Amino acid sequence: MTWQQVVDDFKTWARVNSPWVVHFNTGSCNGCDIEILATLTPRYDLERFGVKLEGSPRHGDVLICTGPVTLQARDRLLRVYEQMPEPKFVIAVGSCAISGGVFQGCYNIIGHVDEVLPVDVYIPGCPPRPEAIIDGVVKLLGHLKDPAPQANIEEAN
Amino acid sequence: MNTVPERFVVPIGPQHPALKEPGHFEFTVDGEQVTAASVRLGYAHRGIEKATEGRNWVQNLYLLERICGICSHIHATAYCLGVEKLAGVTAPPRAQAIRVVVAELERIHSHLLWLGVAAHEAGFDTLFMYSWRDRETVMDILEALTGNRVNYSANLLGGVKFDMTPELQDMILKGLEFLEQRTHDYVAVVTTDATLLQRTRGVGVTSREQVEELGLIGPTARASGALRDLRVESPYAAYADFPIVPVTATEGDLEARFVVRLKELFESYRLIRLILEKLPEGELQARMPRKIKPAETISRVEAPRGELFYFIKSNGTDQPERIKVRTPTLCNLASVCILAVGSQLADVPMILAGVDPCFSCNDRAVSIHSTKLGEKQWTWAQLRQYGIDYYRR
Repeated sequence: MTWQQVVDDFKTWARVNSPWVVHFNTGSCNGCDIEILATLTPRYDLERFGVKLEGSPRHGDVLICTGPVTLQARDRLLRVYEQMPEPKFVIAVGSCAISGGVFQGCYNIIGHVDEVLPVDVYIPGCPPRPEAIIDGVVKLLGHLKDPAPQANIEEAN
Repeated sequence: MNTVPERFVVPIGPQHPALKEPGHFEFTVDGEQVTAASVRLGYAHRGIEKATEGRNWVQNLYLLERICGICSHIHATAYCLGVEKLAGVTAPPRAQAIRVVVAELERIHSHLLWLGVAAHEAGFDTLFMYSWRDRETVMDILEALTGNRVNYSANLLGGVKFDMTPELQDMILKGLEFLEQRTHDYVAVVTTDATLLQRTRGVGVTSREQVEELGLIGPTARASGALRDLRVESPYAAYADFPIVPVTATEGDLEARFVVRLKELFESYRLIRLILEKLPEGELQARMPRKIKPAETISRVEAPRGELFYFIKSNGTDQPERIKVRTPTLCNLASVCILAVGSQLADVPMILAGVDPCFSCNDRAVSIHSTKLGEKQWTWAQLRQYGIDYYRR
């Protein structure tokens, strides 16, 4: 094992054990947002995976987006994403973030998050249950542990 | 040396740690004191009102429910009551009573959610976690009743979707017993905890006159002594048969808002128990026509945050001609900009949380500064061109 490998393994270990998430509402109805909060509170307790909700995008590892991206929120979403340090990951929560959901055809929305940002994990549901959100986050952490599937995603993008 | 005091603007949002919703605020500060405040909304504007015109009456029910995930049932209730009035249909009494049960359960979930968020703004995260843990009880009840934790879709045009079985009633009563006991604890905490009282007592005082001037509604107005509650003033659904006793306070500060919202919970528990005891028998849904003859109506209901107003106009087809929604946050948000001026910057998040803002509800209108064209009235072509220019990047 080379020195570089040791350093990379250490970084991955640290990343998997404490992903800090930044939450940005890109025009959702609040349903997904309150479910994300419910996921962080005692019943579901996402913090046992080391996940911490962080206010500043400059400290974040994972961006959680909810809602169809509205035209006004798009620029802010890009700014928040660009402020985050590399490597960064995006989770799209809810039907709206995936496809526009019930708001398809509204004049002020772009439709889905992956038209603006590269998305790593999609969590469907209107809104997704907290269990589904936990599953999505754990899947993302699994990807971080094993970089091969992550490489596939990058190729696909 | 420059002797003119420097203006320092603190921008907050739209992505910010405190609120879970996008809203942009600019507070001008002199030291710690706020000297001016402005708000920029519209980050969650999706264009729902326009979209309703392209969907039929039934499809709109599910679209309008998603104006706001916190008070989705009350949006659907307002819409259903309005459309039923247009079609000349009255939902059966059992359906009306079940609507009220779900509406009150939603009020419980919304007020507990607010308690947690407001405690979080005050830096009292223990209360935040406790109230959200207890809120899961009412979420379980809502899920057992309707099959979904948020956006319940309990309403249908002309009635409700599900019946209240004896097993469900037992579950609700058991849940309410636990919640009632917990709410007593919360009232004790918000009225005696010295640390929290330093953040709430005497902060953001709204006088009775200011309530009238700013047109405040809902629990925010009731905390200042103004009795504004549509469940009492113009009872809808089953509130005429099952009246509520309104809760008011006179202090008008943040502590009063905590107390009013928590005491409303007791009123909700009492009402739900009463309805379950005397639930009317009968059908769940009345027959609705597919098309509705040209007419217009208004429909007003009391959402957890205050009065919710719907204007609905039909044109003889199976689609509405126009639907206009005015949500309670729009009325209450103006008070934040007034109350914030002169207060400490650290109190501003509490003052903002005090009105229980909901931007997803609010962001359906785009305000336009008329100074740009120097005209008060815009033609459709001007408005359209403004929109095209605004979003051209």
